[in-house]
Amino acid sequence: MASVTLDNIQKTYPNGFKAIHGVDVEVKDGEFLVLVGPSGCGKSTLLRMVAGLETVTDGSLKIGEREVNNVEPSKRDIAMVFQNYALYPHMSVYANMAYGLKIMGLGKAEIDERVKNAASILELTEEQLERKPRELSGGQRQRVAMGRAIVRKPSVFLFDEPLSNLDAKLRVQMRVEIKRLQESLGITSIYVTHDQVEAMTLGHRLMVLNGGNVEQLGTPLELYEKPASLFVAQFIGSPAMNIVDTKMHENGNEVTIAQNVSLALGGGRLKDRAGQALKLGVRPEHLVISEEGANTLPLIVTLVEHLGADTLIHGHFGDDKTDLTVRCSGTQSVKVGEKLPITASLDHIHLFDPATEKRIEF
Amino acid sequence: MLKRVHFEPSLLPYLLVLPQIVITIVFFVWPASQALYQSLLVEDAFGLSTQFVWFENFEELFADPHYWDAFQRTFLFSFLVAALSMASALLLAAMADRVIKGSGFYRTMLIWPYAVAPAAAGALWFFIFDPTLGVMPYILQFFGYEWNHKIYGNEAMALVIFSAAWKQIAYNFLFFLAGLQSIPKSLIEAAAIDGAGPGRRFWTIIFPLVSPTTFFLLVVNVVYAFFETFGIIDALTSGGPANATQILVYKVYNDGFVGLDLGGSAAQSVILMGIVIGLTVVQFRFVEKKVSYQ
Repeated sequence: MASVTLDNIQKTYPNGFKAIHGVDVEVKDGEFLVLVGPSGCGKSTLLRMVAGLETVTDGSLKIGEREVNNVEPSKRDIAMVFQNYALYPHMSVYANMAYGLKIMGLGKAEIDERVKNAASILELTEEQLERKPRELSGGQRQRVAMGRAIVRKPSVFLFDEPLSNLDAKLRVQMRVEIKRLQESLGITSIYVTHDQVEAMTLGHRLMVLNGGNVEQLGTPLELYEKPASLFVAQFIGSPAMNIVDTKMHENGNEVTIAQNVSLALGGGRLKDRAGQALKLGVRPEHLVISEEGANTLPLIVTLVEHLGADTLIHGHFGDDKTDLTVRCSGTQSVKVGEKLPITASLDHIHLFDPATEKRIEF
Repeated sequence: MLKRVHFEPSLLPYLLVLPQIVITIVFFVWPASQALYQSLLVEDAFGLSTQFVWFENFEELFADPHYWDAFQRTFLFSFLVAALSMASALLLAAMADRVIKGSGFYRTMLIWPYAVAPAAAGALWFFIFDPTLGVMPYILQFFGYEWNHKIYGNEAMALVIFSAAWKQIAYNFLFFLAGLQSIPKSLIEAAAIDGAGPGRRFWTIIFPLVSPTTFFLLVVNVVYAFFETFGIIDALTSGGPANATQILVYKVYNDGFVGLDLGGSAAQSVILMGIVIGLTVVQFRFVEKKVSYQ
């Protein structure tokens, strides 16, 4: 049990490439932190730095109270689950799990107890323990990889995209199991993924990384409800948030979306932005089909996707044919080419500065 | 299911493989059958009279203590050549695998000796170790050691073992390096997190994972030591002193072309042929269906 503290962590490769530009976070004891971002954003590098597989160029990395910048991976009291599982192919499942324990110098009885215990938690049978990894299915190998992490009873679990090699159904199942396991063991965990659904469902908190910078750190709902930047707004949520170019009216009170369509923000709170261009974001699920009226967007439907529980309506509006996606619950009888009046409620509107791409509160 | 592709019967495929078949027949099948036939003959040294004697040549061979000595010597020689060259190659490959800067340079330099012809390699070592003009005996003299492989059989044996092993290191190095590089890096990292130091990682993870390569190389090296070291031995010691470096393949040459006992020499090469066939079977049975990890 330990917290993990990253204080201005930076990583520069010998060739001069700066992979991590300074990350600050304190992962509390028992917390589940998910690092999420597109490929190449530095999330795996950051995790590998915590593991000790990459050196820390600058900053301080603490596990518990101890600074571990220059501590060997094996002395950091961590366990890691790799993307390709990294099981030792020439050893049985049992030997795979016992390998680290033998090196720790534990007795046979103790090793046996720990391995059997982990196996029962992960629902691996006695017979499977005697098999070689290649004789197991993908999901079972995944369990063995987790078992190898559990038996060590580490202070911190590190997961490097552990589910990306599994098929969709198994991925959902293992996701639930990882969540349950982490909650029952209460071990501090850092989890890397590029899948935003995994990130939203697993993490107590999420760190969104982009190009080696932290875009936002917060709970899944904070990220969903108050994305700090355009990047986070479009990365979190599926389908992605609609972004529309707008202009703030001179009165600082309403934004013009299209010809004859404007949205009153009320209160004149953005007077200093009067006349400026802004980016307006609204999630597909927050757009509603309303009655024909003065302040509705005329959406021309180009594609309808029936998902069963939901219907996704893709279309465009205005002279420059701005794309928009609407998500309606249930099935909708909408036809391609139809014109739909669309509105959004003010509570679910996000505004972003087009230059800095940062969120504007109003 | 793959569909079987059918071609119209034509002469072309046969014409295309014809050159290879001709080469095989002229240079392999025909000489081998000649050796088989000759091994059943006794011929006088001038080739004037020939007599068919069935297996008499073989009986004589097996009764000859010199032949058994050569056999023993060959096994010792092959074992030491294989062990020495494979161990050095594995060590070098493990080190080259870890090197980051200039790895291309190291690899190229380590592969070079393989391009040296056996006779040239023999000549090289001949000059380095020559008791009167070589540099090594000169250096050894400073340490109070008198090197003369032209007199001492053990030194001659050591010399041919070293040079034969040196020649084969490059080949083994290539295969070991490829084997090491095919091991996923995450396995080594997982072992490091599990607390295994470099030595332990090598013996418990890396070495078992390159074992298919090791086994393959063992067979190749034994075959090499048995048959392809003729050039080196001929250039360095000519099988001497007092037959101390006369291994089976050299004895075939010596008895046949120097001693002109063609029947006995042919019988020896038939036995060697049997050994090659045996090793090839081992190779095919165990290496071809080698354990594939992952």
